[in-house]
Formats: sequence, structure tokens, C-alpha cells
Amino acid sequence: MSLLERLKAGLNKTRTQITSILGSEGSFDDDFYSALEDALISADIGVELSTNIIDGLKERIRRDKIATAPEAYEAMKALLVEQLQVHRLDEDFPPKPWVILVVGVNGVGKTTTIGKIAHELRGKGKSVMLGAVDTFRAGAIEQLRIWAERTGSEFIAQHDGADAASVAFDAMEAARARNVDVLILDTAGRLHNKINLMNEIEKILRVIRRNTPHAPNEILLVVDATTGQNAMKQVAVFNDVLGITGLVITKLDGTAKGGVALALAKTYRLPIKKIGVGEGIDDLQDFNAPTYIEAMFGYLTENSAQAV
Amino acid sequence: MFEELSHRFDAIFNRLRGHGKLSEDNIAEAVRDVKRALLEADVNYRVVKKFTAAVQEKALGAEVLQSITPGQQFVKIVHNELTQLMGGNERPLKLHANRMNVVVLAGLQGSGKTTACAKLALYFRKQGHQPLLVAADTQRPAAIDQLETLGKALGIPVYADRGKKTLQVVEGALSRARSEGSSLVIIDTAGRLHIDIEMMGELKEICNAARPDEIFFVADAMTGQDAVNVAEQFYHEIHFTGSILTKMDGDARGGAALSILDVTGVPIQFVGVGEKSDALEVFHPERMASRILGMGDIVSLVERAQETFDAEKSRSLEKKIRKNIFTLQDFLEQLRQIKKMGPIGDLLAMIPGVGRAVQEAEIDNSALTKIEAIICSMTVIERDKPQIIDGNRKKRIAAGSGTLVQDINKLLKQFDSMKLMMKRMNKIAGKRGHAAALRSLAP
Ligand SMILES: Nc1nc2c(ncn2[C@@H]2O[C@H](COP(=O)(O)OP(=O)(O)OP(=O)(O)O)[C@@H](O)[C@H]2O)c(=O)[nH]1
Ligand SMILES: Nc1nc2c(ncn2[C@@H]2O[C@H](COP(=O)(O)OP(=O)(O)OP(=O)(O)O)[C@@H](O)[C@H]2O)c(=O)[nH]1
Ligand SMILES: [Mg+2]
Ligand SMILES: [Mg+2]
Repeated sequence: MSLLERLKAGLNKTRTQITSILGSEGSFDDDFYSALEDALISADIGVELSTNIIDGLKERIRRDKIATAPEAYEAMKALLVEQLQVHRLDEDFPPKPWVILVVGVNGVGKTTTIGKIAHELRGKGKSVMLGAVDTFRAGAIEQLRIWAERTGSEFIAQHDGADAASVAFDAMEAARARNVDVLILDTAGRLHNKINLMNEIEKILRVIRRNTPHAPNEILLVVDATTGQNAMKQVAVFNDVLGITGLVITKLDGTAKGGVALALAKTYRLPIKKIGVGEGIDDLQDFNAPTYIEAMFGYLTENSAQAV
Repeated sequence: MFEELSHRFDAIFNRLRGHGKLSEDNIAEAVRDVKRALLEADVNYRVVKKFTAAVQEKALGAEVLQSITPGQQFVKIVHNELTQLMGGNERPLKLHANRMNVVVLAGLQGSGKTTACAKLALYFRKQGHQPLLVAADTQRPAAIDQLETLGKALGIPVYADRGKKTLQVVEGALSRARSEGSSLVIIDTAGRLHIDIEMMGELKEICNAARPDEIFFVADAMTGQDAVNVAEQFYHEIHFTGSILTKMDGDARGGAALSILDVTGVPIQFVGVGEKSDALEVFHPERMASRILGMGDIVSLVERAQETFDAEKSRSLEKKIRKNIFTLQDFLEQLRQIKKMGPIGDLLAMIPGVGRAVQEAEIDNSALTKIEAIICSMTVIERDKPQIIDGNRKKRIAAGSGTLVQDINKLLKQFDSMKLMMKRMNKIAGKRGHAAALRSLAP
């Protein structure tokens, strides 16, 4: 299945919903705008950004003399795409090891995403090592070990309850000694409002940098698409403590629209590196803003939808 | 926790108060603000509309217009309405003392089912049950290991049968439970999407086979607008009988609770407040309403404190907090009590506006021993009036406690944060009467 199909399968709902609210020839009255606003809010885009987008749309309708609802709708989507597009130059793979630190609150899909990324990298012929820095959650080490086996990656772990920073240190040393291309570190889920846990991750970062100043090359924050406005706080704190380099939005195969990603991208200018669209090893995709918005909001008229 | 929301509500209410009497206009404005606040708390927009319509109707009635303090009256209406929605369907659990009970947990991926299974097992064992945990998640890598590890740590048996189909596992578990005389079978299921027809079919089969007395829908407190779709679909398929809201120890406003209740009419029975197996609490509608409305969770705090503190100490602590005459000696005693209460961060995070103070204080359990040593090296007068502790005294205390002057400084700063926090707590309590009044809210 293509990304569009895949996303559409899950994200269908908004589209039909908006289409039914608007029909194809609305007039631009309060009802029109409040229908759009409802659609944006129901996608978890948040009140503030939704209001901004509606204001921006009013502006464009005036400026570009837009007359029909489908046109207005396309204009709104273009505005959304603009919010989502964040460009950052990706460095190439050397220096070795390329180190990816994966963080996030509990249960968002960190470990699974690591498995998928490892699979992708293995497919490109890279050697990969996974480090089990989550020593806290029951079964976490075993879960990562299974992903290492599935993807033919090397695996570094200590034991349940071991000091997380010391596992990170071991993994760094091992990755250098064995000259692997990419080291991916799985960390325990942590709520951003837990001081001790945020201190711990800061310490892990320090340890990673101790002997390898270029590392980590990526610090990915994984966000569950089902999450509402709390995602804003998650990013704020994790970014503050670690300096996030990119986001991964998971579980987009559900019906949640993941609209909070828009607010995140806009507020923090963070690129969305990958999206998760299932529990399987292949269910990871590159992020593409127009496609994402398309999948989220579709087209206003059936004709244009079928044209895709 | 609900700091911003709380500020916003304060602003709304202050505005209302200034008017003396409510006009339709200023109610409309307040309602709009309430609506926005609820949306930002992740309550589904349809539910918000319904709720605000009800509040508006009530607010426009005579009771408000003729009241002397319209602001307070409005607070009460909003709070009452929300509490009613949250707790309208409250009912006791359908578990029986004299026979085997079966409980199934279901929900989206990563919502906290497996963790909640262990929490329920511990909770009900405390009430005299003999639980059996069942690892019926045959999908997720290491799901069985996870439950086995949790069970082992609690000394609670776990039924697993690697390589078997889910239904076989359930059947096998039920017969073992019968033969061993377990009184409560708790079945952990794989996380699944509500739109996954095959997996929802499997879940139905599990429920048909297990004939559960309770089916819990486990939902993450951070869930956004989609909570309604998920809950509706799960309810449609398996008619769950209760919900568990997890990760309430975070700072999500938890509006999903209202959404889930509204679309299913099924009561929320428990909330998860941490990763550890004892981090489970019974759901309190009124507290949740207060939480969503930014009134904080003082009641929970007081209750949890009471559970651990003996009654007398608890009363005197409350008095001291209220009068703001809290000394380092009290601090020491309280820290010793707190050690028994579990992670301090959890506890403090319940107080609105305290998040930052805690951050400054950076209290963790391992630091407690040091703090104890420091305070023990102080004279009685120093414990009473820490402001007299100058450089020389600090050096003496540091030497006496085997710590550094920086440690003394840090502690004194922590103590200041603590006092600040208590002042906040008093302010909030004062807003709603007194601490005693707050406590009386607890069922
Ligand atoms: N439907 C769906 N499920 C996913 C996706 N990504 C992960 N999951 C599932 O979400 C659940 C949690 O995933 P994990 O990878 O264990 O999440 P985590 O962030 O590592 O969790 P903790 O380490 O406990 O904090 C598992 O059941 C995964 O299979 C996705 O893109 N779509
Ligand atoms: N802070 C906090 N974390 C929780 C709570 N409940 C569960 N968690 C964490 O959330 C993550 C997911 O929990 P699980 O119990 O594995 O979730 P699950 O629903 O069984 O996940 P799947 O089986 O993959 O669908 C783990 O990291 C848990 O430790 C809670 O109340 N508070
Ligand atoms: Mg994990
Ligand atoms: Mg599980």
C-alpha cells in the first residue's frame, strides 16, 4: 500500500466529515468558518493554531478573490502544508558510529520505531547496533532483543534495573570497537514532568558525548498521533533538556489525525523525520507534508479525490 | 498541573465578579472562554459543545442572575455540571466474594493495559482476592515476558503458554484458575486499533470465551480528540463495563476522560498514576472535574498523605501548612513520612503550580538521607529559624553531617520552595473555603 492509501485508510474520517459539512458550494459565512474550525480542532491541531489558520485563510480568500468552497479548502490545505514544512540539512553517515538517541513519553512506540528504523538501515546495507538503555520497564530489554534479531542488528544490553547511563556508555564503546555504522539507543518511556527521569536522560546524553563529541547525531522524540495538546508540553520539555533534532509521529494507522504535529512543527520548527503506520517491521514511512495534509483532509469534491 | 487553565479560569471568574450581576452578554463571553479551555484540555469538540450549552442554559437561569456573587455561582455551575457528567454513572464493581471472577483489559496499543493488569492484581489481592494474571497478548514482542516479570515481582502467578493461540491461552488459564481456586482472573490482551476488524473480532471472541464480570477499557490520559472514536468503537464491539485512565501522573489535562464518559456512559473506575504496580487509584469524579477546571488535586494529596501518616501527625501537618508555621524540624519529620509514600515527584506534582517549585527543589529519594543528616546536625533554634544560619553555621553543619556547604544551601533553597508551595496550596484551599471543606469533597 502506498503512503497515501495507507494514511487514507486511517485518516478517511475527517475528509468525509468536512465534505459533508461543507458540500461543494458553501458560502463563506460564519457557519463555513466554524465548520472548518471544528474540523481542524477535531484533528488535534489545537485552538490557537486553528484560529490562526482560519484567519490566514480569510486573508487569502480576500487576497486571491477565492469564490468557491473547494478552492477555499485547497487554500486552507496549502496553509497547513506551509506550517508543516521544516527543512533541515541531513548530514551524511560518517562520522562513525552514527548515533541515534530515541526518547519520548511512555508507550508512544519508541522501541517499535527503532526496530523499523534498524530494518530500513539494514536494507541499505548499514551495520546496526541496538542499545537497550531502557533498563526500567518490565520486558523492555527482551522486546528490543527481539527487534535486534528480526533486523539482524547487533545488540548491547545489561540487565533489568542496571544504570541506564552505564548501558549507554557500554553501547558507545562497543559500537566504536566493532566499527558499526549506526548505533540506536532505546530509552525508557518518561513523562516530561518527572524531574528525576529528565535528569536521568540528561545524564545519558552526557555519557554518550563523553568519548564521542559528535554524538548523538540524531535525538528523535517519538510522539503518538493519538496524543492531544499535551504533545506540545512534551516537545517543549524534551527539546529544552536535550535539544531534539527531529520528531517521529507514530500510530497514524489509527483514526487520530495527528494534527498536533502541525502545531509542533510550527512552534518548534522541528522536522518530522518518520511516521509510523502500523506495528509491522515495514510500517515506517518518510514524512511528506503535502501527502500528509492530503491524507488528513482529502479533497472537498469526490471528483478531485478520485483523480488521485 | 493545570496551571494555565487555572489562570484562565481565574481570569474569567474575576471578570464575572466585577460585573455584580450576569448579563446574557458576559455569560456568553465566559462560555466561549470555558469552551476554549475545555478544548485545550482535549475534551472532544462535540462534547464541549454539549457541555457548554448545558452550562449556558443553567447560567442564564434565575439562580445565577439573582445571586449575590455571580462569579462564585458560575464556578459552582461549571463544576457541578462537569462533576455530573464525570460521575453520573458511578457504580460499584461487579466482583463477587464467593466465586471466581474474570476481568478483561482492552485498549489501543501502548495505553497501559499490561501495567494496569499488574496494578489491579495487586489492588485486589490487598482486598483478599487470589489473582491469576493471564498473558493473552500473543502479538507484541516480549509482551509475555513483561507480564511475567511484573507478576514475579509481586509474587502473583502468571499464566502463559508460548506459541499457543490467544483463545487457547484463555481457556487454559480459566481451567487452571478453577483448579487452583483463584478468585480473580485478569486477562491482558494485545493492544489493537478500534478499526482493525480482525483484531476486534478476536477481542470479541476472548470476551465470549472468558465471560468476564468486568471488561476494562484502558485509555491514556493524554489522548486527544480521537478518544471519542476509539471509545465508541470499543464500546460498540465489546460493551466494556468500566474504564481505566492511565498516565494521570503526567501533566495532561485529561479531557479525554470527559469524552470517553460522554460517548459511552460507562464509568471510569480507576486511574493510573505511575509506572509502578502500586500506582493505581480509584477514580473520583469530583476530583477529575476539579482537575479539568484547574482546581488542582489537593483532595488526592490530602488523602494520600492520610493513608501514610498517622491521623494525628496528619492533622498537625495540615494545621501547620495552613498557618504557614512549618519549620525545618517539621520538614525533617515530613520527609521521613514521605519516604514511605513513594516517589515524591508524583506527590508534589498533584499540587497545581508546584511543578516548577519541584523542579527547583530537585528532591529525590536518594537525597533524603543527606537531608536527614543535615537537619540532624542543626540546633533546635536553627531548625526553627533557618534564616539565622549564616556562613559559619553552615560550615559547622556541613562538617557535622559530612556534607558540603553547597548541600546546606541547596537544602535551604528546597525548604523555601516547599514553603512557597504550601502558600500556594493554602491559597487554593482558601479559594474554596478551607482545607477541611476540601476534604469533605472526598466521597
Ligand atoms: N498501530 C500502531 N501501533 C504501534 C505503532 N508503533 C508502535 N505501536 C505499538 O504501540 C505499542 C507500544 O510500542 P513500544 O514500541 O513498546 O513503545 P515504547 O515507546 O517503546 O514504550 P515504553 O518503552 O513502554 O515507553 C506496541 O504495542 C507497538 O506494537 C504504529 O505506528 N501503529
Ligand atoms: N507514568 C505512567 N506510565 C504508565 C502508566 N501506565 C502505564 N505506563 C507506562 O506506559 C507504557 C506502556 O504500558 P503497557 O502496560 O506496556 O501498555 P500496553 O497497553 O500493555 O501496551 P501494548 O500491549 O503494547 O498495547 C509503559 O512504559 C508503562 O510503564 C501510568 O499510569 N503512568
Ligand atoms: Mg520501549
Ligand atoms: Mg501490553
